[in-house]
Amino acid sequence: MDQLDVLESQGIYILREAYREFKQLVMLWSIGKDSTVLLWLARKAFFGHVPIPLMHIDTSYKVPAMIEYRDKLALDWKLNMIYGQNTQALEDKQTFPDGNATRIQCCQNLKTKALKNTLSGAWPRWILDHEAGKYVRHTDTEPYTGVIVGVRADEEGSRSKERYFSPRGEQNDWDVGDQPPELWNQFKTDFAPGTHLRIHPLLDWTELNIWEYIQRENIPIIDLYFDKGTGKRYRSLGCYPCTSPVDSTSTNVAEIIEELRSGKFSNIAERSGREQDKEDCNGLETLRRDGYM
Amino acid sequence: MNDNINDKNTNTLTTRDQMNVVVIGHVDHGKSTVIGRLLADTDSLPEGKLAQVKANCKKNSKPFEYAFLLDALKDEQAQGITIDSARCFFKSQKREYIIIDAPGHIEFLKNMVSGAARAEAALLCIDAKEGVQENSRRHGYLLSMLGVRSVAICVNKMDLVDYDKTVFDNIVTEYAEFLKAINLEPKFYIPASAREGDNIVTNSAAMSWYTGPTVLEAFDSFEKEAPVTDKPFRFPVQDIYKFTADGDDRRIIAGRIETGTIKVGDEVIFLPSEKTSTIASIEGFNLTSQQTAIAGQSTGFTLDTQIYINPGELMCKVADVQPNMSTKIRANILWLGRHPMIKSKRYKIKLAGSRMPVWLRSVNTVLDASDLTTSSYAEQVERHDVAECILETLKPAAFDLATQIQQTGRFVIVDNYEIAGGGLILGSVEDKTDRITEHVNQRQKSWDRSKLTQGLRSGQYDQRSALVLVTGPADSGKSDLAKDLEAYLFNKGRYVYYLGISNTLHGIDADINDASLRDEYLRRLGEVAHLFTDAGLILITTASDLDDYELEMIKTLNSPNECVVVNIGENRFSKTVPDMQIDSIKNSDVAINEICELLKAKKYLIEYYV
Repeated sequence: MDQLDVLESQGIYILREAYREFKQLVMLWSIGKDSTVLLWLARKAFFGHVPIPLMHIDTSYKVPAMIEYRDKLALDWKLNMIYGQNTQALEDKQTFPDGNATRIQCCQNLKTKALKNTLSGAWPRWILDHEAGKYVRHTDTEPYTGVIVGVRADEEGSRSKERYFSPRGEQNDWDVGDQPPELWNQFKTDFAPGTHLRIHPLLDWTELNIWEYIQRENIPIIDLYFDKGTGKRYRSLGCYPCTSPVDSTSTNVAEIIEELRSGKFSNIAERSGREQDKEDCNGLETLRRDGYM
Repeated sequence: MNDNINDKNTNTLTTRDQMNVVVIGHVDHGKSTVIGRLLADTDSLPEGKLAQVKANCKKNSKPFEYAFLLDALKDEQAQGITIDSARCFFKSQKREYIIIDAPGHIEFLKNMVSGAARAEAALLCIDAKEGVQENSRRHGYLLSMLGVRSVAICVNKMDLVDYDKTVFDNIVTEYAEFLKAINLEPKFYIPASAREGDNIVTNSAAMSWYTGPTVLEAFDSFEKEAPVTDKPFRFPVQDIYKFTADGDDRRIIAGRIETGTIKVGDEVIFLPSEKTSTIASIEGFNLTSQQTAIAGQSTGFTLDTQIYINPGELMCKVADVQPNMSTKIRANILWLGRHPMIKSKRYKIKLAGSRMPVWLRSVNTVLDASDLTTSSYAEQVERHDVAECILETLKPAAFDLATQIQQTGRFVIVDNYEIAGGGLILGSVEDKTDRITEHVNQRQKSWDRSKLTQGLRSGQYDQRSALVLVTGPADSGKSDLAKDLEAYLFNKGRYVYYLGISNTLHGIDADINDASLRDEYLRRLGEVAHLFTDAGLILITTASDLDDYELEMIKTLNSPNECVVVNIGENRFSKTVPDMQIDSIKNSDVAINEICELLKAKKYLIEYYV
């Protein structure tokens, strides 16, 4: 077994543990490369099926192509697709692009709050009706107690401290100093009422592993990652006001891999194009302790 | 792009490997600094990271330290200690590494253990000036216990002792003696100064007396452990899938192969149910068809025959050496829980794929891992103790000895939602007594008997009391039959009572609402049944999908009174032969008649012939 086989096997193992132990299980799909690899791992784990609903938090500032890609794949792969949104903040224009919030406050409003309330069922969930080809109000408002997330330890400091199964408190808060022990692939799968677990099957993957796996498995990835003649492409996908494309002429997966292995990006952090990380000394950690992905 | 280039890329991919290395040691002996230096001197830091940490230091007016690269969280920077195990990634010429920075502070031992349990190799740091400390020893012991075999010792901060060889030699002598006692032999002792960069990535001019490898060279010399294909086949069943979408009719046994290999056509046995079948196919998605599967793979199988098995069973090959099966396990347990591990409390054990209730039966010895002293008089296991204990489960667990097959020879204990301990299995215990039997013996001894004996009651009622337990899969018509049987017997003048499951669920079980407490529901059912049968009645009740051990528990709890098992539908017991098997209820009158004949034959219904 090579390194990708080992990572894949562990990812599948974790997904199956989650599916076995959690009745109210959901997988976050940001449409980016990592969570799309996660989705692919689910198809591997469940032999072509995806028996777990997928959830997308739509900030309304996503590049439109992301929503098109999301819905096309959801229909093609027969996914149980759900989205949630902070419609109040959008109506009140409490966002960074509207000039009424800092980048971090905007993330808190459109992502963290939307995520918390969609997970808890307090706010509406919208589910894709495959027959009608459109989203309808979801009748299930039960809180999700297992939330599968595609974060990787190599992304930044706070993510490097996550467990595979990482508890979140009643307020979605994360007590970094008091995490459960995790021994020999036995994970924390018991939880008190009101709390939930974040599940991280991709924790040990690097950005390069993700691309190598996309290449090996031929996973259909959104084309915003590729240069289409402008000399620019996205390395990390987020909301367009806060995510800048990078200068790169990579037009396909093989060229991206080369760029990461020995080319211009072999030494530059992936999230360098994410502006919210720079606002506070530990911008992402501040967000994550409060429930951000 | 040219196809040949693509091929080349794929080739380089398959030859590269990745190793998890944990860095441990007493608090403040410089673990994070060693890692920071390792990253910096191998040019492994992303451009953004170093600048970001330096900028943060400047903003907070404190001097830059390599440790800050890792202690990326606010609490840790404020306190200057590592709280949780952080991972970082770097590459050498030879391979990729995930370095796990484990905390040295005793308060965060569970985090250190989590880091070390994930590791294939370890670097243990000892401060040259402070020498061997309590947690240097405790961490060394835990490495040995967790089974990490590739170990290097880094005697750090040599700059603080003027790079003195004598200081280094003394520490090596002292620590080697300790490790020898716990059977751990490190591959290297390396004198180093992480702050100055001596012997981390480059050799040290200041310590020309040392000719061994640098820390990085030591890592590269560690051999990667290959998947264990040369041991007996062990496959903990994670789940059984039957996804019916798009006409999929496969029933797939899913899990990860821990050890060994298997191929289509191999005969397999599931433990503890002891059911057997044959591998019909190896399943996968986006894979070409496979005839064999090996250790390390998360995979799935279909079987030749439809047998009823549960997630958590251990699938083995019939031809292999079989694992142990026992309800009593002797194990070394490291306890990490906030509350001590005590007797008489119900815990949960997670062993390979199985999850079961478990009780601490006895504590043989307790070890203080920081000085290897033992005591034999403990009644409970305190936090951070390592104790040799006997555990007891209700149903037999299938396991191996940790020294033989690590993967199926270790477990964790869950205490009230939290993983509170980890253990390595030393053996099974020959002991005929069990908790339930002991309890019933005690109960019968203390029973306050009235003036009416069983003989008086059965004489008066013309019947001997019994529990008629109707078993079988859910929805097989058990409760309808049970009610009809009650009415029939009643009309014949018998003293009989039907106990519905929801009557207990919403009655005496109303304080528990947790499917994982199935054994407790059944225990209460057994006790209630005993009251009814003690009163001389024929009690009729139902239970879905009982296994042999659950049935045995109910029977024991109902004893000394007797039990008649009537199974409706598929017989899912592996050993139990029901007193009556009814494949399907076509005509309930016929079924009731048969049951009554059985009750008469067994002299529960006493008839007088004139």
